[in-house]
Amino acid sequence: MTHEQQQQQGLNLDQWLGAYAARANTLSVSEVRALFAVVSRPEVVSLAGGMPYVSALPKELLSQSYETLMASRGDIALQYGSGQGDPVLRDQIRELMALEGIHSSVEDLIITTGSQHGLDLLSGLFLDEGDVVLAEAPSYVGAIGIFRHYEAHIEHVYTDDDGMSPEALQDRINAMLAEGRKIKFLYLVPNFGNPSGVTLSESRRHQILEICKRHHILVIEDNPYGLLYFDEKPPMALRSHNEDGVIYLGSFSKILAPGFRVGYVLAPPAIRDKMVLANESALLCPSSFSQMMISEYLATADWQKQIDTFRGVYRERRDAALQAMHDYLPGVRTTKPNGGFYLWLTLPEGIDSKAMLPLAVKELVAYTPGTAFFGNGAGHDNLRISFSYPTPDNIKLGIKRLSTVINLQTELLDTFGHKGGH
Amino acid sequence: MIPKQHSSDKLVIQVLAGGISHERDISLKSARRVADALTEQGATVIIREPDGNLLDYIAIDRPDVIWPVLHGATGEDGALRDILALTGVPFIGASSEAARLAWDKSIAKTLVSRIGIQTPVSVTLPKEAFKELDADAVLKIVSSSLALPLVVKPARSGSAQGVTVVRNIEDLAKAMIDAYVYCDVAIIERLVQGIELAVSVIDLGAGAIPLPAVEIEPVAGNFGFEERYTAGETNYFVPARLSSSLSERVARTAIEAHELLGLRHMSRIDMIVDESETIWFLEANVQPGLTETSLLPLSILAAKQTLGETYYSLAVAAHRGRG
Repeated sequence: MTHEQQQQQGLNLDQWLGAYAARANTLSVSEVRALFAVVSRPEVVSLAGGMPYVSALPKELLSQSYETLMASRGDIALQYGSGQGDPVLRDQIRELMALEGIHSSVEDLIITTGSQHGLDLLSGLFLDEGDVVLAEAPSYVGAIGIFRHYEAHIEHVYTDDDGMSPEALQDRINAMLAEGRKIKFLYLVPNFGNPSGVTLSESRRHQILEICKRHHILVIEDNPYGLLYFDEKPPMALRSHNEDGVIYLGSFSKILAPGFRVGYVLAPPAIRDKMVLANESALLCPSSFSQMMISEYLATADWQKQIDTFRGVYRERRDAALQAMHDYLPGVRTTKPNGGFYLWLTLPEGIDSKAMLPLAVKELVAYTPGTAFFGNGAGHDNLRISFSYPTPDNIKLGIKRLSTVINLQTELLDTFGHKGGH
Repeated sequence: MIPKQHSSDKLVIQVLAGGISHERDISLKSARRVADALTEQGATVIIREPDGNLLDYIAIDRPDVIWPVLHGATGEDGALRDILALTGVPFIGASSEAARLAWDKSIAKTLVSRIGIQTPVSVTLPKEAFKELDADAVLKIVSSSLALPLVVKPARSGSAQGVTVVRNIEDLAKAMIDAYVYCDVAIIERLVQGIELAVSVIDLGAGAIPLPAVEIEPVAGNFGFEERYTAGETNYFVPARLSSSLSERVARTAIEAHELLGLRHMSRIDMIVDESETIWFLEANVQPGLTETSLLPLSILAAKQTLGETYYSLAVAAHRGRG
């Protein structure tokens, strides 16, 4: 831009502003995200991010895998690989999925760069602007971000302690169809959901599959937490009951480590073909090194015992979180998850968790506001606590601080006669 | 024209960044830009977090100069600057005393108004005031005496965090709460409509120099947090589209405010010019943002200077005890 043009039109710090695709408008700087920068300070107890506690993974297990891999197949691990993913790893994943009742061909599995990437590929294949995605209320923030980016309409379906309500699902489908909208899929995190921590009951799984089959709606089952149960196993995967209408997303991020960025997708053959092409188009291939490290780990380490270790760590932290909720926030409703990483809190009337976050930062505790988990602006009176990463003592300290924050905010609201609530 | 400061041996500069404030993210971004620019000038730059190890870091790094690129409390409220002064290492930016006065918007407004600079009529209310008195009655009397629209803001905060423009009386209570989550004291100010301006001031010891005024025109009308830090959401006119006489008055006002508040090396004075060409002081920034979308770097570039030379000149001035 010339000096004269600048003086007429003003200087815009993004000279490519007119060149972006329309969907780029869904991306912008967020004040809440900026506030989260403080969580890297050790004084702050972060109950915000859903990070696995990788310190519970003995690093020598991976060192051994690395040594063996480099000695035996180093040149292959450092080379490009298949766009569909390493066939050995895909075969091992079948064993993993069998734990949740899924039986499949190795041919129908695609390795992705984390299951988040699988979700992005699927959204790219299925979503046009304005298409409807049905999702739990609340739903996973990362999925909402992808659906928004593809300019989909996210229709939340009432969800309670037994997961998504089949009656509410039927109701929402009817409403969307009556509006003439195109429903592309139902997105579910059925086990120890993020952020709610709730699990979809066995009977509801069958009802939901039946409803979706009747309306020819594809189900995306995202299951990163299913093996991380505390007391009793969750019901078998939805995919175990329906091979044609369910796409299953799995991940090594929670049962091993997210640093590998390896996830997988099990899809019906026609969809699988398109996903492989899309995967190749986006990445050429997923990381050979990461896949083969995981493959070596699965072949040589006692990975089931390691998952047991993770379960023990997270169970202790869940217990610490629930005890602290009982001790410091007895009036605040929380879900009581039987696995996974999260508690979902419902705050006293009028408190807006997003508006309260700066006060929490001042009091050295961070959480994720409930609005992050809705595509429609709901969730002001909710917040998510993640108990996976902080130690039990820090969880207690964080929830104690949170109680101070909620008391201060309640006091403010009382002062203004609750006119400042949401 | 910013005079260049020369130093035969290149300086070792410790940049402090981060901190526990609502503006930590902005501080880290600013600091990385500053470090890049100074490194290009040949300086040795070490970025450090101001935590419990700060004094050890100073002993290890043995900096010639410290630049606390910290926004928000501790960084701008004077507390950290007191400690830096005790270490004897020269630092860039205002003294603790000046920072303490300028960082509090209500104090800064009071001080500049004493020398005849106009500032929008306002009231400053700690949250305790609402606890003691009937909040409804207080809000009614405030809104009727100041007249809508109003701006509610934390007395001590930056980056437009906690700032709300209130056009309806029923939104005032929520705006107060949104300000009090950042700071226990809030300012309710009459909204002045006009041209929003930011004048950066550079002071290397030979007198404060105003840089070209930046005129701010947010695409969506409001210059909030997102508009400040998302490239493309605001249009800037540098220099501002003002007549030369008005431009001179604006620059003079910025210098007067900078000097009155005792600011040092650099500052940014935010103002609004209304239809009748009255200049209204809004606030002074002790450590202006230095990110890629910040206003002080824009002014430096508009003055045909480089960021590296200007930042290095500030370091040299601080090292020589000037400015």
